[in-house]
Parts: sequence; structure tokens; C-alpha cells
Amino acid sequence: MPSRMIALTVNGRGREILVKPKATLLQALRELGCTDVKNGCEKGDCGACAVLLDGIAVNSCLVLAGQTDGSEVTTNAGLGTIDHPHALQEAFADGGAVQCGYCTSGMVISAKALLDRNPEPTESEIGQAISGNLCRCTGYGQIIQAIQVAAGSQRRGEE
Amino acid sequence: MKYVAKPLPPVELPELRQIGKPLRRVDALGKAVGATAYAGDFTMPGMLHAKVLRSSEPSARIIRLDVSKARALAGVACVLTAEELPDGKLTTDMPGQTGQKRRTGSDAPVLASEVVRFVGEPIALVAAETLDTARQALELIEIDYEPVPGVYDPLEAMEPGAPILHPPDNVVARWKIRRGDVAAGMEAADVIVENTFRAPFVEHAFLEPEAGLAWVDEQGVINIRVCTQVVEHFRSIARALQVPQNKVRIRGTMVGGGFGGKEDITVEIFLAMLARHTGRPVRLAYTREESFAAQSKRHPFVITHRTGVQRSGRITAAEIKLVADSGAYPYLSPYVLLYATIMAAGPYRVDNLRIDSAAVATNQPFTSAFRGFGGPQACLAYEQQMDEIARTLDMDPLALRRVNYFRTGDPNATGQIIESAAWLEESASRALEALGEKSVERGPIKIGQGLASYFQSYGRITWFHDTSRAWVGMELDGTVVIRCGTPDLGAGQVNSLCQITAEILGVPLTDATVYSTDSALTPLAGTSTATRQLYMSGNAVAKAAGAVREVLLGRAQNHFEEELDNLDLADGRVIVKSDPGRSLPLGELAAMCAAEGLALSNLALFKAPFSEGIDPDTGQGRVFPDFTFGSQAVEVAVDTETGQVEVLKSVACHDVGRAINPAAVEGQIAGGSNQGLGYALMEEFKLEEGRILTPSLTEYLIPTAVDFTPTEVIILESGTGVGPFGAKGIGEPALTPAAPAVANAVADAIGVRIRELPLTAERVLAALDENWP
Repeated sequence: MPSRMIALTVNGRGREILVKPKATLLQALRELGCTDVKNGCEKGDCGACAVLLDGIAVNSCLVLAGQTDGSEVTTNAGLGTIDHPHALQEAFADGGAVQCGYCTSGMVISAKALLDRNPEPTESEIGQAISGNLCRCTGYGQIIQAIQVAAGSQRRGEE
Repeated sequence: MKYVAKPLPPVELPELRQIGKPLRRVDALGKAVGATAYAGDFTMPGMLHAKVLRSSEPSARIIRLDVSKARALAGVACVLTAEELPDGKLTTDMPGQTGQKRRTGSDAPVLASEVVRFVGEPIALVAAETLDTARQALELIEIDYEPVPGVYDPLEAMEPGAPILHPPDNVVARWKIRRGDVAAGMEAADVIVENTFRAPFVEHAFLEPEAGLAWVDEQGVINIRVCTQVVEHFRSIARALQVPQNKVRIRGTMVGGGFGGKEDITVEIFLAMLARHTGRPVRLAYTREESFAAQSKRHPFVITHRTGVQRSGRITAAEIKLVADSGAYPYLSPYVLLYATIMAAGPYRVDNLRIDSAAVATNQPFTSAFRGFGGPQACLAYEQQMDEIARTLDMDPLALRRVNYFRTGDPNATGQIIESAAWLEESASRALEALGEKSVERGPIKIGQGLASYFQSYGRITWFHDTSRAWVGMELDGTVVIRCGTPDLGAGQVNSLCQITAEILGVPLTDATVYSTDSALTPLAGTSTATRQLYMSGNAVAKAAGAVREVLLGRAQNHFEEELDNLDLADGRVIVKSDPGRSLPLGELAAMCAAEGLALSNLALFKAPFSEGIDPDTGQGRVFPDFTFGSQAVEVAVDTETGQVEVLKSVACHDVGRAINPAAVEGQIAGGSNQGLGYALMEEFKLEEGRILTPSLTEYLIPTAVDFTPTEVIILESGTGVGPFGAKGIGEPALTPAAPAVANAVADAIGVRIRELPLTAERVLAALDENWP
């Protein structure tokens, strides 16, 4: 099968990319320069490559790029920047939720998807929401706390 | 039993501005927003993609290797075999730092030529225009193996007639310790307790698989961007490639987790060979499966304790035997074994002691450094043995430990005197107090509580003559630059350097910029291993910053015409302490110094205490700069119908000397504990006759966010460490007590001791049912 051109909106910008039939969304995004989307296993075990695909958190290594033509993709880098971080990114940085940082982008994406549908999650709901994101450094406690802090600051921001 | 925490001895630590504050780490925001570049994120124009052909056989002779079809494939730039480097050997040995004699002939070849000794051993390298082409080329390499009998158990490997991996025999390292009179000590005992404990292979499972990019620059220097714990490997690479050491440069990146797994050379040697051969940039990134197959594991151990003890609980003698599985090649096994040997008797005073240990080769993945470096396996055995002794004597586990705990001034197994605070009872009583009363048992659910205490070294072996260097300078606007070769594994290594410098130079943490991990441009700081960076590079950076501070204050003394002790650096200014209205921005002070040619920068060298090696017959002598002490207490619920173990509560309490950044310390302890809980209950890298049964994160399970309740962290600060501001090391010790605490809790719950990790549901059910198949 030949390669085909697909059009995506990535972090708010229209992008076109030629993809091979077997190429995953992970590979396509990294070719587009989205190096915040991390490759940790290429089979959906670790969650390091999680992105929002039309608002839903997915492991981009499990999605064929060809299927995403016309979709909107948000990666962690699309949520905020060093100068203007997202509330989740700021809470992760402040709360000791970042150690090596390799899982962080996927973790923030899963947390974003959670807060989008449940702005006031319990610890256990947070745990479930990030249970597909492996972290080998933190033991998860400071990550769960950071997500609660971010949820609180978002709620206060909306009031 | 209800525990009340033992009062801490009085310690007055001065209130500081930056040290001891849970500040946002300097690396945190870049990582949080996805801006930090990792080793696999770099590309270059004209870059080739590399793949490695690996052995599918655990023990075989290569009788034919034909790469001609792979070389002929369009888009293949080169295929390299062992012929490229006839004598290429890999050693994890830092020249100028390690002095231990190595057993010749057992170092791993860079590429295997005649024999393969484990599944995953590298044989050939391919570089091609695309990754797909590189993969296709691998499949075109023709290789025929002739199976050779292998050995897959270290005890069997020591038997006469076992297949030999490295002549003359499979024992790649031995240590022994002899203290006092063991026979007399056993004679003086009221009871003798003997047990054997086993620990499995464990995978590091850092989130970032090994990756890198290499190119040869216009000076002929081979540049290698790589995630590594050891930039000093540039020397080993130069030696293997037979190029001058000043023609190899390692530019380390932020490491996506190391835990010892990136201490040995990984992709960088292959990248160097391919870049040199092709003259083009080459990228190599391992898949998860390749990372699992190619690199080291935690040593499996079989540890037997025979302990003589009096009714009072006093240990009168101990005989300990340790056998470690080194896998196919020794790598760091001699040192891991040494650590396990020295720590084998635990944080207990044992005057009559006999320890014998061996590391033994098998046709399995090689084992090497992994957080704790033999300490966790030793702790697993000695702390379960302590509980078994307590059960035999019908004593409370803490009461038994209290009789035997090290106290400052006591000699350890090698006769080295414990010089710093040994807050064992302090940490144990705190952890138990926080754990609280036992939960109520319901039906088939049994509740158990377990305690483990430990001692563990930080800093490298003192006969390695360890050093670190750091450079600190002030810019003319009062901001600060730090240059230090420290690799950052994610534990906050470079942040600590910044926080220490900011404290000493009186600037906010955000005014410090750090450059690290470049073997050519940052002063060499040694390895990010052995829980040594805060101790070594922390002291180096404190020394360099102190020298700059002296220059600044000296100039300020003239300016204000005040005594030195009436001046201070704080909040980006130099201030007159008695009259805070009189102050000057550091930028202005720095400009004055620069105008007069005063040195606003300093390169400092910090040396650890140097010692001679230990006595080979008795194992006596100094080995370590200092030790960290702590305890962990765990409560578990065991479902006696399903065998499932649930951790209900976990409390870890460690004396870290001084917490440079308490949030980072908490992260180290909580994260280390989580790895330890996984070690106790979930993790086992399984093999069958040398073939991997857990090839990826699908089969090899590490803890997720829902497996364990986060460990509660209690930080103690004795201020007695040899690190900056009295800090001790905590990175590795954090893992050590978790697994034995769980094992003791499970035994407490079900009344039966399971002597092998992990404590899976199957093992629990088998322990509860003598008729289990």
C-alpha cells in the first residue's frame, strides 16, 4: 500500500504529513517534531506517548496515523509553555511530581482528560485515570497530589 | 503493640535561605511542559539509523555469520561485526578511579564473534538510511549457531562438571569477612537460627529506553549524545576504538531514569563505531524489548544466615553465605557482591562474624548495578532473619533489634567505625508509631505488620580514590553559572548543585543556571551512581561557590569598610548585617570585582577520604565514606483464599542528615519505596533455560498508580552526614527496607515465612497449604 497524505490539527496548527500504512500516530507526531510525545514501549503498556485525540486520551502508539486524518491532536506541549504553563504543568513542577520527566507528558495528558470530564476527582479516581501511565521514579503520590492541586486551582480560576 | 517514638537527640540545624526548602527544582518546569530534550529526541541532517543483531541463543557457538546480503541491500551504509574491533572489550571501570583487580578474560566483548553466552548478546551492527531499511538488513544477516551446553543456576554453576563460561571456573568474584571467634560465639548462644532466602532477577524498567546520536566533528572528535549515568565512559570507548581519549566526547542528556541500568555502557559504543566508520551522524534507540534483553538486571541472590543468639536477644555470632548470579559477564558483579557482603549482617553489632560470598556466571542476562547495589538483597535476608530470630525467642521484633542496633562508634563487619549518627531505633520507632495499631481482621483476610531497618553506604568505595569537580562563576549582573559534569537521572542531581550554590552566593534559585554532563566542557564530576553526587559534587560546588563568595565579600569589605562577619550575601545583594539599609546589588559588586581583575569564578576539586584496600583474608578495613540509616514499617492484608497481598499502609523514615530540598527527598523516598514494594510483591524477570519469559512491560509488571498506597515519608535530619550542610545520601537507600518490611508483614499475617521473592498469590497459597502442588 502506498503512503498517503493526512491532515491533522496538532496543538492548534494545521499540519500535513505523508504517512506509511503501518505508521503510528506516535511516529507521525515525532516526525512532525512533537518530541514531547515519548516512546516508551510502542505497545500501549506505559502511556508515555499519550495525547488527546479529538479530546480523548489515547496511547498514540496504538493508533494508526492514517486513521487520524482530519482529527485534532493535543500533546502536552500544546497545553502550555515554560512562560505560560498550564495549571497541571505548574502543579507538577511545584509538587515534586516530576523526577526524570519521561512519563510526565503522558501523565499530564491523562490528567487533563480526567479534569475535563471530572473537575473534582477523588484520589482514587485520579489513580484510576493515570493507571495506564507508568512512572518508575515517584511512586505516584506526588503526582496524584499535583493533579488535585491543579484541579483546585482550575476550579478557583473558573469561579 | 503500641509504639512510642524514641525522642531524637537534640540537633540544632541553622535556618537557611535556600537549603531545606521544598523549592521548585530547576529542571522541573521544562520537563513538565515537555520542552526538555532527551537522548532519543535529537536528529541531524544526513543521519543514519542503526540496529543491533542480537543472539537468539543463550549458549552457542557461532559457526557461520554472513552479512553479505545485508551489506548489499540498497540504503545500507554499513554492517559491522566483531572484525571491526578485534579486541574490543567492554569494561565498566573508571580509569583513575577504580583499582580493583579484574579477572582477565571475562570482560564482555563489544560484539560477540565465536561464542554467545546469553540471549540478547550483540553480534552485528547495521546503519542504514532509514529505520525500516536497517530492520530489513538485520533480517538478511545469516547466522548459524551450534548449541553448547549452558548453565542457568548459580549453585549448579559451582558444581564440578558444570559448563564453564569463563575458564577456569564460573566464580567471577569472591569476598570473605572474618571477625572474632565464630565457634566461641555460637557456643555462647542459647539458640541458633538458620534460614535461606532467595531474590530474583529484576529489571530496572526506567521509562526511557536507551538512546543516542553520534557524529564525528571537524576536529575528528567523536561526539556522542546519550542518556548515561557515566560520562567518563568516553575513556573506555576511546580505549576500545583505539583512538586518543581527547577524540571522544560524551554529551549527556537529562536521563529518563537510570537506577543503575545506565551505569554500564549501552548504545554509545555502537554509535561511536558506526559514526566513525561511516563519517555520518548515526542514531540508535532501543525498543523496550531490546532494552530488556540487552542490558543488566538486579542480581539474584541466595543468602543463608546462621545466627547464634542469647535469650536476651544479643547476637553472639553469625555465619552468612551469599551466592549471586552474575549472568553471562561480570560487569560490576565484584563490587555489587562486595556491598552485599559488607552489609550482609545488617545494622547490627556482631563481633563474631564469618561471611563468604561468590558471584557466579550463568548463561543469563548479565547483572550489574541496580539501586542499592546488593544492599537490598542483603537487607531482605538479614531483616527476615531478625524477625525469624524474634519469633524463635518470642520477642518483639523492635525489642530484638534494639539490643543489637549499631550505635555511633561501633565497628561494622569490616571493622570500619560508624562515625555519623546511627538513628536506627529513632527511625524504627517513628515508622511503627505512624503505622499505628493493627487493622481488624475479617474472615479470610489476615492482617500483618512488618518492620525493616537498614544501613547503607553513600559515596564510592574509598580505595577508588573518588573525586569530583565543579566550576562556579558569577556574571556581571549577579546571576550565577555552574558547570559540573554530573549526569542528572531525574533525582534532582543538578538542582541540588544549584540550591547549594544559591545558598552560598545569596541569590534566588532561579538566578542559577547549570551546565552539566559534558565530558569535554563541564569539569568531570564522576558517576551518578553509589548515591555519591550530592556528597561528592555537592561538596565540590560548595567549595567553588565558597571561593567566589570569599572574593565578593572581600571586595565588599573595602567598599563598606565593615568587618567580614558583619557582611552577608542574600536575595541577590550584599548587605551589612547590622545596618540592612546599607546594601548593594550583587551585579554592582561583581562589576567592581571584574573591573579590578578579581576572579569571579572558581574550579574546585573535592576528594573523598582515600584508603587502602581491605585485607583479602579477613575483609577488614575502611571501605566507605559514611552510611545512611533508616527504617520502614508496612501493614498488609493477606486474602488467605486468593493469596492476594494488599499493602494497607507503608511508612518510611530515614535520617538524610540534612534535606537540601525536602520535596525532592520525599520523592526519592516515596519512589524508592514503590520500587521496593514492586520487588516484594510483583516483579520478577523470568527466564527458562536462559530464554526470556518476560520480554516487555506487558509481561514484566511494575507498580501502577493503583497497585500500592503511596508510602508516607518521615524525614529525619541529624546533620551528621559528610555531604554539604551535613547531608547524607538517600537515592539508593530509599529502596532498601521496603521489600523486607513487606515480607515480614506477610509472615506476621499468615504465620508462615515465604523465603523467596516475589510474594505472589501462588507462593502465598502454597505456603498456606502444605499439599499445594
